[in-house]
Amino acid sequence: MTKQPPLPGGPDPAYAVEMTGISKSFGAVRANSEVDFRVRAGRIHGLVGENGAGKSTLMSILYGFYSADAGQIRLHGEPVNIRRAQDAIDHGVGMVHQHFMLVGNLTALDNVMLGAEGHALLSRAAAQARQRLDALMQSTGLQVPLDRVVDDLNVGDCQRLEILKTLFRGARVLILDEPTAVLTPQETVQLFEVLRRLRDQGTTILIITHKLKEVMALCDDVTVMRGGRVVLDTAVAATSVEGLAQAMVGRSVQMGRHGDAAPAAPGEPLLSAKGLSVTDAWGVQRLRGVSLTLRSGEIVGVAGVSGNGQSELLDVLSGLARPAAGTLELGGQQYQAPRWLDPTTARTLGLAHVPEDRYARAMVMPFAAWESAVLGYEALPDYSRAGWMRHNAMRTATAEMMERFDVRPRQVDLRCGQFSGGNQQKLVLARELGQNPRVLLIGQPTRGVDIGAIEFIHDQVRALRDAGCAVLLVSSELDEILALSDRVIVMNQGVITGELAIGECDVTRIGMLMAGSAQGAPA
Amino acid sequence: MKAAKPLPRWADLVLLPLLNLALALGVAGLVVMGIGQDPVQVIGVLVKGAFGSERGLSYTLYYATTFVFTGLAVAVAFHGGLFNIGGEGQAILGGLGAGLAALWLSPHLGPWLMLPIMVLSAAAAGMAWSFIPAYLQAYRGSHVVITTIMFNFLAASLLVYLLVNWLKVPGSMAVESAEFAESAKLPRMHELLQHLGVEWASSPLNASVFLAVAAAVGVYLFLWHSRAGYRMRTVGASEGAAAYAGIRPQRQVLLSMALSGGLAGLVGMNEVAGVSGRLMLDFVAGAGFTGIAVALMGRNHPVGVVLSSLLFGALFQGGAEVAFEVPGFTRDMVVALQGFIVLFSGAMSYVMAPWLSRALAALPAVRTKEVAHG
Repeated sequence: MTKQPPLPGGPDPAYAVEMTGISKSFGAVRANSEVDFRVRAGRIHGLVGENGAGKSTLMSILYGFYSADAGQIRLHGEPVNIRRAQDAIDHGVGMVHQHFMLVGNLTALDNVMLGAEGHALLSRAAAQARQRLDALMQSTGLQVPLDRVVDDLNVGDCQRLEILKTLFRGARVLILDEPTAVLTPQETVQLFEVLRRLRDQGTTILIITHKLKEVMALCDDVTVMRGGRVVLDTAVAATSVEGLAQAMVGRSVQMGRHGDAAPAAPGEPLLSAKGLSVTDAWGVQRLRGVSLTLRSGEIVGVAGVSGNGQSELLDVLSGLARPAAGTLELGGQQYQAPRWLDPTTARTLGLAHVPEDRYARAMVMPFAAWESAVLGYEALPDYSRAGWMRHNAMRTATAEMMERFDVRPRQVDLRCGQFSGGNQQKLVLARELGQNPRVLLIGQPTRGVDIGAIEFIHDQVRALRDAGCAVLLVSSELDEILALSDRVIVMNQGVITGELAIGECDVTRIGMLMAGSAQGAPA
Repeated sequence: MKAAKPLPRWADLVLLPLLNLALALGVAGLVVMGIGQDPVQVIGVLVKGAFGSERGLSYTLYYATTFVFTGLAVAVAFHGGLFNIGGEGQAILGGLGAGLAALWLSPHLGPWLMLPIMVLSAAAAGMAWSFIPAYLQAYRGSHVVITTIMFNFLAASLLVYLLVNWLKVPGSMAVESAEFAESAKLPRMHELLQHLGVEWASSPLNASVFLAVAAAVGVYLFLWHSRAGYRMRTVGASEGAAAYAGIRPQRQVLLSMALSGGLAGLVGMNEVAGVSGRLMLDFVAGAGFTGIAVALMGRNHPVGVVLSSLLFGALFQGGAEVAFEVPGFTRDMVVALQGFIVLFSGAMSYVMAPWLSRALAALPAVRTKEVAHG
């Protein structure tokens, strides 16, 4: 663990960002404690750490969302006082948020101008902006169709637009929060090329991420945070994925596939669906004739850029949504749309579902842990009799779940919303896996979950498969799909574009399929 | 952008309401001083008027009984994720239900059959009145806040129409129905106590106060101990989680509104069966709306609803005493005082929360008790 030498007293323009002695507490929680963080000008700097490590807080302080309790910020050697986001923008700091801040029904050009019109006459302002943007797009390679309405742009375009927006406002330091979360591998490569070009033109780039491979591929320097402190600060060339992971977690971590894991032994089909089609409330087709079979003892991974029908697939298979067409066989029952199973029936047929959206679905956040721990199973005689809930039995069961899945803190009375993301997810998994399901649908099992807990969750899913469960895994993390799955199906725009045995998978091939190209499909 | 930490439970449930009450009284005191009166004297008369005599206490409890029903009605709907503004109309219908049953059956039935029938028909009429907005909300997406407000006006008009055109005693100038037979009148508290050999001042306080206590206990058991209540609260707290758990939100909307309307309908027992013994105009007198403030101040918990009902009952009774006893302090000033309490405890109940949260965070003793979580 290298610790930085104390900062020199005078201004040092070699650093674009210098944050010294930054501390910030929220009540009893010290989100940042005496953090020293420096970014050299004209470099790409990665900031990594688990959830709750303090990296978002640090960046929020830099961008003026929070003010630090103590500490000092310098930009390009000058001490600055950043009280709100506008101060940061005025000092040439631009931020691209994970969730885009764009107005969907305005054009790309209007979005860039919004708040920076520059002239009272809009037509004049638009002409000036267009001129400047054309030049910017030329020099940076960030190409966006300026006259297209944002709703019609794809994700990659939106992200380029966000970056253009910050550069248009004179950003010399660009902060990107989890920029690749929504991109295909190919789009990621394109983004990296653009970022390198920006760096070469003198922009300093700061990337918040948890994808260590991307840090290794893109960044020049990296800072690792843990528990509100900087634990590692080094040139990327001097470290490795394992080194970074170890610094993040504080112990050594097994990354990726278990080499010694027993191969899958797929058995009888437990769930089979044919021709599933779903049309949403706006008339958009979300699933188009999707068919798949899940067999006992296998994990089937669904890869794809978010929003290409994976969520709808989970909803339909779990009975949360009714498809427009299709058939389903599960637990000896047959369903044909529009007659469909409901979630309660699905549970009695041995199907468990860990939903993608933990916050809105998997738990009732204002409830105590012991109340959410029976959600969906409240009618089981274990938990209620003759219409009355059995509080003691529910509490005991919750305490056992917490013990088995190492949920912290072990307080059955704590409100669900007060557990960290990883512990919430463990509680949900404990509930669903505890029913010994025949079929498990699991969406984004490790979203917002710490690296240490990821390993544990993966082990649990594998153990369930080894016990003969059929698992369908939807994840936006390609690495997770590759680490867990025995078979991978790839979706694009509601269609399965390809199916690969795990041995045939490589990132390029899956990336092509994710982008909807058939070239990645096996010959 | 500053994310205020949620208050600890005890502070949210006890400290904050007390603080709001103190603030309301403080501001009301300033106004009292502004019109040249002595706030200490006014408060003294108010408290003494509400609790200082058998008669005063009985009136306080009588008012509180009505507020418990309407307050619980709002609280139950709230736990189902709905804001029922229609307590007023549902209470009117409850009175109509009880009253019509009494007018029809009381000459023929004894009290042991008549009174339970009146309870059921009061609740059923309130339920029926809330069921229409509930159905429209659940299956047609018409917002329940809008429709229940509309239904208050409809209920008031319906009451006037029935009284004037059908129920009024022929030849009488008063817009009220014929008096019920004795079997349809709930016994007054002083009568009940007399049976036990206790002398108690005469007041409108009647046996429906027991019904109110039973309703509060029933609501508590339903919400926190029954499976149906669990499901209803799930829908109220997170529709997504409810759908995931296989709970159909539409049915829960119907259920929570029906329960809510039924509770509001029980107001009819207190006012019609307990006091007037006949149907008359305006017997709800805004209690449906006061119920909203009662529920907000009581944090939608039956215990809180009972406590805040007592407070509002005391304000009504004590306020009447003040208007009577303090020269120059009019009935309107009492309404203003009640308005302050509704404002600070209801509409602005969380205005103080961020400051309170920060003040608590500054106390090191409290801080160590908190659970640290990342």
